[in-house]
Amino acid sequence: MLFSDKHAGMGELADTLTDDAYTEGRSLWRDARRRFMQHRAAVASLVVLALLLIFAAFGQHLSPWDNESIDWASLPNLDEDGVPSLASQHYFGLDPIGRDLYQRTVQGSRISLMVGVLGALTAVIIGTLYGAISGYVGGRTDAIMMRTLEVLSAFPFMFLVIVLMAVFGRNVLLIFIAIGAVSWLNMARIVRGQTLSLKRKEYIEAAMAVGVHPILIVLRHIVPNVLGVVIVYATLLVPEMILFESFISFLGLGVSEPYTSWGALISEGADAMWTAPWTLIFPMLMLVLTLFCFNFLGDGLRDALDPKDR
Amino acid sequence: MAMLEVNNLNVDFDTPDGTLQAVRGLSYHLESGQTLGIVGESGAGKSQGVFALMGLLPDNARVSGEVVFEGEQLLNLPEKRLNRIRAARIGMIFQDPMTSLNPFMKVSDQLTEVLVQHKGISRKQALQESLQMLDAVRIPEARDRIHRYPHEFSGGMRQRVMIAMSLLCRPQLLIADEPTTALDVTVQAQVMGLLKELQQEFNTAIILITHDLGVVAGSCDQTLVMYGGQMMEYAATRDLFRDPAHPYTKGLMGAIPRIDEQIHELVTIPGNPPNLMNLPPGCPFFSRCPVAEPRCYHELDPPQHFEPDRIRVCNLPREAIR
Amino acid sequence: MFSFIIRRLLVAVPTVLALITVSFVLMHAAPGGPFTNERNVPEAVMENIEAKYNLDKPLWQQYFIYVGNVAQGDLGPSFRYKDFTVNELIESSFPRSAYIGAWSFLFVMVFGVGLGVLAALKQNRWPDSTVMTAAMTGVVFPNFVMAPLLVLLFAVTLRWLPAGGWEGGQVEYIVMPIIAMATSYIAQVARITRSSMIETLRSPFIRTARAKGIPRYKIVLRHALKPALIPVVSYLGPAFVGIITGSVIIDQVFSTGGIGQHFVNGAINRDYSLILGITILVGILTIMFNAVVDILYTWLDPRVRY
Repeated sequence: MLFSDKHAGMGELADTLTDDAYTEGRSLWRDARRRFMQHRAAVASLVVLALLLIFAAFGQHLSPWDNESIDWASLPNLDEDGVPSLASQHYFGLDPIGRDLYQRTVQGSRISLMVGVLGALTAVIIGTLYGAISGYVGGRTDAIMMRTLEVLSAFPFMFLVIVLMAVFGRNVLLIFIAIGAVSWLNMARIVRGQTLSLKRKEYIEAAMAVGVHPILIVLRHIVPNVLGVVIVYATLLVPEMILFESFISFLGLGVSEPYTSWGALISEGADAMWTAPWTLIFPMLMLVLTLFCFNFLGDGLRDALDPKDR
Repeated sequence: MAMLEVNNLNVDFDTPDGTLQAVRGLSYHLESGQTLGIVGESGAGKSQGVFALMGLLPDNARVSGEVVFEGEQLLNLPEKRLNRIRAARIGMIFQDPMTSLNPFMKVSDQLTEVLVQHKGISRKQALQESLQMLDAVRIPEARDRIHRYPHEFSGGMRQRVMIAMSLLCRPQLLIADEPTTALDVTVQAQVMGLLKELQQEFNTAIILITHDLGVVAGSCDQTLVMYGGQMMEYAATRDLFRDPAHPYTKGLMGAIPRIDEQIHELVTIPGNPPNLMNLPPGCPFFSRCPVAEPRCYHELDPPQHFEPDRIRVCNLPREAIR
Repeated sequence: MFSFIIRRLLVAVPTVLALITVSFVLMHAAPGGPFTNERNVPEAVMENIEAKYNLDKPLWQQYFIYVGNVAQGDLGPSFRYKDFTVNELIESSFPRSAYIGAWSFLFVMVFGVGLGVLAALKQNRWPDSTVMTAAMTGVVFPNFVMAPLLVLLFAVTLRWLPAGGWEGGQVEYIVMPIIAMATSYIAQVARITRSSMIETLRSPFIRTARAKGIPRYKIVLRHALKPALIPVVSYLGPAFVGIITGSVIIDQVFSTGGIGQHFVNGAINRDYSLILGITILVGILTIMFNAVVDILYTWLDPRVRY
């Protein structure tokens, strides 16, 4: 039917499902794992991501070439001699200046994934602290902090980051910091919301009422409860960070030679695609596959961990 | 034949964890102008039982049985046919007027669309009739208020709007699903009084769903007591109160605090409402029943018509529960 | 309502000022002046240049001159295109970006909302699974992937469309830019619309509407659409920023001669006044757009006070 979902209208009924079902003492995390394992796309994504990680870490050993030397012999006739082939062991072909694209992709994957994870980590740390403080302290502090957040979110940050790159020069570390520093806004908002709603929960109030030490309340009740949401959004932040970096590198303003990233490779490929389309296709596939997996993984984790559905 | 005949109504929900039996074998009937109270704890299947009549259950619900309203079979009617009955011949009031009225639409639009839909009159005419109805439910300064949004009304006023909306087409039957639960106690009495008055004026039959025996006592001709999706007792209200014939009914009445007795502790029925996913094969009230016997877990005797118009569903003889 | 709009715009002023300040600080935090790279410039000429760009005055004076000029809409001369002011460069390129951006935005709204509603109404049936699979895929094709992919497909391989250029904004020149720009946002908006529509259709007031015998399509249009659009409106701001940012990619890949091309060139050539001018313009546009979104909220949701 049009107007309803499988679980709609069950609120009242669900209330009557008495404690029986829960008294068996299902642990929160075991429960979450069970739900996650039911999400097949998410589990598959996790496997693919693990393979990608192995590829980025050890992929260079699978090919006799390296990521620096230029195949001078094939260079003049790149569109014929540079095509991907198992025979030449240039699995992904040659890049536009005659280097082994497979090795370049391994190298680029390493940097892209690193930027993604470290950028997300930076954003999570800043965002969680900011959000938790704002939500826990409340009152005027909260109002000012949230207003600041609002002002900041109105900025088109990509432009500022690019300006930053132009002014201070291209540098991977700077990318980490710039990306992480501007991507924590949503995280902060989410964590604040969680903290606020937790503060109003009866069991927290009960703990406060019987005089449990605030630090214990935070450690025993707030942290474990916020953790799930933080994990979910951190997972969704990683692809965002990868995108961010790729965007800048695509414009030629991100990582610089001899380093590379998926964005930089795609950019080189886009310039060379008239004669050597594979230079575009392979890095693009890597990026799209990664984003795809992270999105599914995020969905699966959200189903498993987000207390909204519990 | 009665105006409304419900025979052996069953409502099941398919959930990821199995089938949930919300209503089992429910039967009752209602004459025009009469009021039937359906009483039970939350989750007893009261609301699901009447939502089934109106085709308002979610997708995963399976409904079986027979519902005949003025000679017409209602269950599993196509949406189009149902839409001609809804509001036009069967009106409905919901529990929480805050969420049941559309917060994004002006009250006037929500009222007039009913009349435009069912009577095919112009919006202007519909507005006139809506105003009259708001007067009838005693909303002061209706002419000014009608163009406001629901959140600009108080809780009691909102429920009055809801009542007005359900009566616009003068339906023969009004289903009121816990109409006073979300309201303040003083407002509850006003709303119930209003409903009674309007019932006399329009000669509407009412199914009143509530968990409050006090409400039933004051306003219902017949009362049906439900537990765990099943009928426990069904009788004229007066008989039911004078001489309850079921341990659950007795327990419910014992749980009403009385102002003329000094008590030290509120009387409750021990235990919790049953898990509908996992009901015993016998009586659903088994686990909380003070007089249950071992066989009650395994089987439940069919309803006993022990007096004209009195039905009880219990394995034990009446004497055993006195 | 009117006073709300005024108030909302007043709140935007400090935000814009902060943006200008940050821009100014960035510009002057740059190692070396903008002209230190110029070789063989006689001392006197250098002084002349610095005077022209007010670089000889104390910093605070420069700041106030800059803010004053920006307030009057003067973004100063370009550091690289010596014969042009930043205003002239923006005036020539911005209309193109705005044209492509506006079309993309329209596409995002129409197709995103339309497909999302369709999926929600046909929940768990084939239109839903088709739309959602497409959306799941579309989300992972950002503009900088979509753009070269489209060129590879329609220009390099099939030779149906020109690979780039502007030519007065003729259809065949702007089709690919718009698709490249809009794809991932259409997917995103479709997903948001679907879930919020499903959520709305579960609410008690929809049950009331059904109990009133209102036909399905009227329930969707009259009762459900407005509340279901509120999360979409919250996404308008980010979508706007995304599209405005995406124009940098689009202009680069398709050589449309839009503002993004100046921006990237400016960033590579260290044309600070140009990139900061563009950043300020984009910032102001975003802030204004967010104000419009806020006003839209009050229209959509009667419970929002203004």
